[in-house]
Amino acid sequence: MSTLTPSARRNTTANRTAFDGGSRRRFGKFGGAKSRMDPTRNNTAAGLAAWLLALLFASPVLWMILTSFHSETDAATNPPSIAANLTLDAYQEFFGATSGVSPWPPMINSATASIFSTVLVLVLAIPAAYALSIRPVKKWTDVMFFFLSTKMMPVVAAILPLYLFAKTVGALDNIWFLILMYTSMNMPIAVWMMRSFLAEVPVEMLEAAQIDGAGLLLTLRKIIAPVAMPGIAATALICFIFSWNELLLARVLTGVVAGTAPVFLTGFVSSQGLFLAKVCAAAVVISLPVLFAGFAAQDKLVQGLSLGAVK
Amino acid sequence: MTTATARISRSGHSAPKPSANARTRERALAWARRAPLLPALIFLIIVTQLPFVVTLIISFLNWNSLRPDQTGFAGFTNYVQVLTDPDLRQAIFTTIILTVSVVLASLLIGLGLALLLDKKFIGRGLARTLLIAPFLVVPVAAALIWKHALLNPTYGLINGTLTWIWSLFGSNTPPQPDLLSQAPLAAVVLSLVWQWTPFMMLILLAGLQSRPMDTVEAAQMDGASSWDIFRHLTLPHLRQYMELGGLLGAIYIVQNFDAVFTLTSGGLGTANLPYAIYQTFYFANEYGLASAAGVVVVIGTIIVATFALRTVFSLFKKEAAR
Repeated sequence: MSTLTPSARRNTTANRTAFDGGSRRRFGKFGGAKSRMDPTRNNTAAGLAAWLLALLFASPVLWMILTSFHSETDAATNPPSIAANLTLDAYQEFFGATSGVSPWPPMINSATASIFSTVLVLVLAIPAAYALSIRPVKKWTDVMFFFLSTKMMPVVAAILPLYLFAKTVGALDNIWFLILMYTSMNMPIAVWMMRSFLAEVPVEMLEAAQIDGAGLLLTLRKIIAPVAMPGIAATALICFIFSWNELLLARVLTGVVAGTAPVFLTGFVSSQGLFLAKVCAAAVVISLPVLFAGFAAQDKLVQGLSLGAVK
Repeated sequence: MTTATARISRSGHSAPKPSANARTRERALAWARRAPLLPALIFLIIVTQLPFVVTLIISFLNWNSLRPDQTGFAGFTNYVQVLTDPDLRQAIFTTIILTVSVVLASLLIGLGLALLLDKKFIGRGLARTLLIAPFLVVPVAAALIWKHALLNPTYGLINGTLTWIWSLFGSNTPPQPDLLSQAPLAAVVLSLVWQWTPFMMLILLAGLQSRPMDTVEAAQMDGASSWDIFRHLTLPHLRQYMELGGLLGAIYIVQNFDAVFTLTSGGLGTANLPYAIYQTFYFANEYGLASAAGVVVVIGTIIVATFALRTVFSLFKKEAAR
């Protein structure tokens, strides 16, 4: 009897959702003429409003992209020259055509820091999430909230000892020290996300595998991995984004050698004559990895950002 | 989920016998269960908790690296200075204003957008993608765009658009506000609201879509107006999602450094606590004072976090109970 309980409960939920879908469809199909018309009119108005607001919200991004393809003189006009000729000059300038300063080293540093810290986070967080969901330790909720509480501690509250430690052991301006910092920064998010994904592994399948005598590795490979893979990908993408974006730690702990892309961007904080198109080109190039990662993770973005609390 | 996993774990154990052998075996099993958790846990304790303990110790020291001969125990002097120094007091005040206004504004706009996106219309997917875009620009890059391309008083897009609109009506004296120098904190708030609204929208949209539709339909059948449905069904359901979004947002925005650093470099009363602490230890080398300010931030965060944890926990329990 006890083995039946979870599946029975699951069936009722499945029935309920199926019924919901059915009743919604029925409502749409056989609803009265008035109720059929009202939602349509509302939707057109809502659609228009949503589109206007979407364009308003996206306009800084669209303007950034458009300006990056303008010449410096066309970029800085009032009123704006929307239809000015397009050119790649700003991108050539950003990649150091006249200044000779290449943005590649900081971008490679950012890529190194983001990729290695993401790998390290996953290596540590996946087993931890396993011990918090599939074969949970005692008081696993307490452990979960300990992980979360470290995320709530502001970086500024720990940065001075970290800086002094790095200075003492000669790890200042070293990308590997930054990688360790990013690993700890993303660990709580990764553990919470991975736990919420691993909790979706069907218990019946784990039980069946156990009864059939499947070993741990086989269970991991055949049952857990297929369910957890999209979750691992989403977790990796979100950790990548947070590492790529980080400024404070990078600003304090790195310098000329290990400086990251956001640190490079801070070089544009004070105005330097006509440089708007170049700033936009820099912002576009350095945001591209995040835009790609974000849109790739779009479906799981909410679950990740809410630490798995919202699906 | 919990009950089921607990059952597996029970079948994994041998029946407990009062012999020493069985107890050792049980202990070994418990450690085998803990083992995958330990690397992550130990790593996190070393990298986050240990430094904070050191911060706590330094906060009671009189320590300026430029005057090493004067280093010594300071008692609560640093804390008194954090709470009396006008710049640091201003920073505490700025942090509160910044966090509260950004969280409230982005929650309200995010709610409006989520309600719109919950309806079906042509190109909804694309509109949603456009709305997420602000959140996917590197924060420093976003702040640079706001500073130079949008808010610049002579050639920024905002004043440029004002010039264009006024010229449509034949006027050549459009208003040309300079937000960055006239209301710098508002400029920081504006750019952060723009970046954080998508975050709130996503969480609230997920909340809306998890709403039980049968009750809404029953209410519609009974002739409830859409305002009644929103007021009495949707809003109560969304409450915990709003709390979650607001509190997670607050935790991130309290720690904001990028926007303040890039837009105003902390000038004209926009320095929040993270920026002020960065200045105090990185440029003024006042290690003791900076640490005391850091501890104050942690205390503030703990107060917010207690509420955040409660909200996360209620959602979490619901999810774990399924």
